[in-house]
Amino acid sequence: MTDTTEDTPKKKKAMSMTAEAAAADERGSQDAGFVQSKHAGHHWSGEAPMFIYAVWYLAFLYIPVMFLPLFSFNDSIYVAFPLKGFTLQWYGDMVDNPALLRALENSVKVGFGVAMASTFLGMFAAKAMTRYYMPGKGPITSFIMLPLVIPGIVLGIALLVISNTMGMSLSLWTIAAAHTLIGVPFAMLVMVSRLEGFDRNLEEASLDLGEGVVQTFLRITLPLAWPGILASVLLTFTISFDEFILAFFLAGNEVTLPIYIWSQLRFPNRLPMVLSLGACVLVFSFFIVTFSEVMRRRGVGPQGGAAI
Amino acid sequence: MLRDDYIAIKNTSKHFGSVKAVDDITFDIAEAEFFSLLGASGCGKTTLLRMLAGFEQPTLGNIYIDGQPQAGVPPHQRPVNMVFQNYAIFPHLNVHKNIAYGMRKSGLTKAEVDREVDEMLELIKLPGYGNRGAHQLSGGQRQRIALARALIKRPKVLLLDEPLGALDKKLREQMQLELRALQRDVGITFVFVTHDQEEAMTMSDRIAVMSMGKVLQIDSPTSLYEVPKVKEVADFIGTINFFDGSIKGKEGDATVLDVEGLGTVRSTSSGANAPTAGTTTVAIRPEKFNLTFQQPNVEANMVEGSIQAAAYLGDRSHYYIQVPGRDAPIAVAAQNAQRTMEAIDADKHDKVWLTWDEDSALLLNN
Amino acid sequence: MTDQTQTGGAVGSYTENTSLGFRVRSVFLKHEWLRGYTLLSPTLLVMICLMCVPIFMLVAYSFWTQNYLDIDKTFTFANYEAFFQKPIYVALMMKSIRMSLFCTAVTLVLAYPMAYFIAFKVKSNKLVWLILITVPFWTSYLLRVFAWKVILGYNGVINSGLISLGLLSEPLQFLLYNPTAVVLTLAHAWAAFAILPIYVSLEKIDRSLLEAATDLGDTPTERFWRVTWPLSMPGMVAAGLLVFIPTVGDYVTPRLVGGTTGIMIGNIVQSQFGKANNWPMGAALSVISMILITILVVTFITSTTRARAKSA
Repeated sequence: MTDTTEDTPKKKKAMSMTAEAAAADERGSQDAGFVQSKHAGHHWSGEAPMFIYAVWYLAFLYIPVMFLPLFSFNDSIYVAFPLKGFTLQWYGDMVDNPALLRALENSVKVGFGVAMASTFLGMFAAKAMTRYYMPGKGPITSFIMLPLVIPGIVLGIALLVISNTMGMSLSLWTIAAAHTLIGVPFAMLVMVSRLEGFDRNLEEASLDLGEGVVQTFLRITLPLAWPGILASVLLTFTISFDEFILAFFLAGNEVTLPIYIWSQLRFPNRLPMVLSLGACVLVFSFFIVTFSEVMRRRGVGPQGGAAI
Repeated sequence: MLRDDYIAIKNTSKHFGSVKAVDDITFDIAEAEFFSLLGASGCGKTTLLRMLAGFEQPTLGNIYIDGQPQAGVPPHQRPVNMVFQNYAIFPHLNVHKNIAYGMRKSGLTKAEVDREVDEMLELIKLPGYGNRGAHQLSGGQRQRIALARALIKRPKVLLLDEPLGALDKKLREQMQLELRALQRDVGITFVFVTHDQEEAMTMSDRIAVMSMGKVLQIDSPTSLYEVPKVKEVADFIGTINFFDGSIKGKEGDATVLDVEGLGTVRSTSSGANAPTAGTTTVAIRPEKFNLTFQQPNVEANMVEGSIQAAAYLGDRSHYYIQVPGRDAPIAVAAQNAQRTMEAIDADKHDKVWLTWDEDSALLLNN
Repeated sequence: MTDQTQTGGAVGSYTENTSLGFRVRSVFLKHEWLRGYTLLSPTLLVMICLMCVPIFMLVAYSFWTQNYLDIDKTFTFANYEAFFQKPIYVALMMKSIRMSLFCTAVTLVLAYPMAYFIAFKVKSNKLVWLILITVPFWTSYLLRVFAWKVILGYNGVINSGLISLGLLSEPLQFLLYNPTAVVLTLAHAWAAFAILPIYVSLEKIDRSLLEAATDLGDTPTERFWRVTWPLSMPGMVAAGLLVFIPTVGDYVTPRLVGGTTGIMIGNIVQSQFGKANNWPMGAALSVISMILITILVVTFITSTTRARAKSA
């Protein structure tokens, strides 16, 4: 792998078919002999290997999950080629399945609560982090980010153990608490990059013009931060909606959708239904997350929002 | 009656950890005065301004505005408004809403506010701009709108944090004059922060020169330039030559000194705490020297030297004059009043003579 | 609210105010950090209640024992002794760490060129590429793992596909239920976590440094190894940690695609809270995992910083 910027003249002849040469070419190298070799073919001969790799990588990311929607329309109980024919039967199975609908309802409830709680907590933490001079900011940030690097199983059983010790029975509340724990760091990251994206002088100007802290928040911070808030709500909702590892330990009688899916994996004859359900969940998550990503990176630039 | 202590800063300090950004400052600003805080970056001028606005609270001491102590008064309750360095125009509001932003609690009806906003737009020479979006404005327009947004509140004090720094040179010079005229019009006390000495001198009634959290001197632009009280001020404002001298005695009003490179010097002006005996620093501005190519007929305050370097600037020329007994050359500025090459072309002369008046040689403590 | 007009209004009545409310407000106005911490406190409180207290409890549990249905709260090292006495535990722990390390390496090797591509080659649509990379990461982990099970299975997509194309007569047995399947699935699942930190560190590199290296006579390859690579190390380290730490404790992937040879420590921990029903033992196992992970991470970070300090 090699970099591309200008090249030393002495090496150029030898490298004329490579990316480096193409890039140097693009920038209008001063080496006259080299410039003459410029044409479109050279450009692609350099960029192509990396581009092909990138496309291959995207395929690696996307194609595996594409099989779920593909086979969800396949008129066969087995997930195998060749495809047998088109059917919507498995989607129909989903619709009149009360347990599934119940799980869906639970997931939405938990997700909504988690989205609100995480975004609220993440926003205030982000505001404190970006707007105030505080000693110990670095360690506190690491502390809030900790749930991202603690293995999920550890958090799950730790919360299970504490609920048990405190005599709390497992319910949607315990799942929501766990999801809030992992939602907060993401919400804070999204909000920090959003708040850093606009000048803190704007808030000071509002204070200076006679608006108190609350009014300034409502009239300046909120309108300017709303793409970030929306992104955070959608993102934390999806995190909760799709989360399995923690929910598995903390679910009581009421289950969420991923746990329901897990429970159905034992029954081979329900596999097609699970496929169609999975396809729905994937498509739904995909659109919410894409929208949320567009929101949070808007106006912040590729670098600002890139820290996960 | 305008009060002299409209803003009173009393023994005020601001510490950030172990850094003393503002270090025990005491001074007053008069009502309706155009007052500038001048200094290099990090001298504490912005911190002082932010303490006036209420964004920072003094670590020690107190600030009074129109007789009222400001400790514990949050920014939104202070009778001051600020024009920010980058103007802080709210990007999600149009020009009209930006200017009307602070009028929510004014008790005026919407129609009255609208009328005041229109008056303000007249005042800043942007009539009809109310519906423009914040992104459709040039730097100069943003600056005017920031000004209108603050002035519509009729503050007791307007704080300006380097508001012209982002503008290009020509626009800056125009805005300096406009700002000064506007201040006379509205009669509000302006506190203006800048690192640009020319800007401060163009606009201000008085200037406080700050360095390392301390105020070095507060004076009118003329006094700061002509009679700086301390060496740092003399050095910061304009160009100046410093000489080491030792005091020989007094002859009438004049102090007689022996100065390195200049020989015997008679001086009738001295700064604060300038010594009356022993060693001292003698400061002379480049334009206070009179440069001639023939030996003048005077007894004191004269030295003979040679031209080390010369720069012809059209209206004037700058010379670096090497004199015996001193390593560093003396900076001299001469008006090119005569048009003959004989008078202007430095290369034509081996020897030059410098003379200066008794009150041009300023004694300062070292 | 005081009036703010030329008349002075309410400001005039504002002399010596010594009420408690005023004094509290003065303290808050004076100390910025106090305002910051106040704003931060709800979040910190939630994090402490939901993370620190439970983990502390987990550690306490690891020193207790299970007595049929009751918990015996006498302090004992019994669970830790059990761990070191049963070779299966130690072996499984080591295997989990080996698999995670291998998976991390695979993920990083696959991710680096992609991050490099986005940082240096993509000129106009960076955002689109970044979003394309990130989005799968947010979608259901369970379903992504499940997808691999469907693909690699005995009658799965690959086998049936190859057979129906006539390239194969018998299904391949070795695709599913082995450590390789686990590594492949994990590498797929954690791709975005690896790409983003590497991308950020590459994007931060000042382009004039590369031009300077070229100007001083480096070939592009030399320049990559002497400038780009060392400067992207912080991103590699962060990416490595972000992938390694969570994968050690994973139990979903091994359970779905690992089979008997692919199980990891997470599966044993999980079973202690399920079928085996020995919570203290499960707690001890996870505490040991955390300690081991911490030791590895700290050694790794100190050695890389030392290596970088040496080369600098």
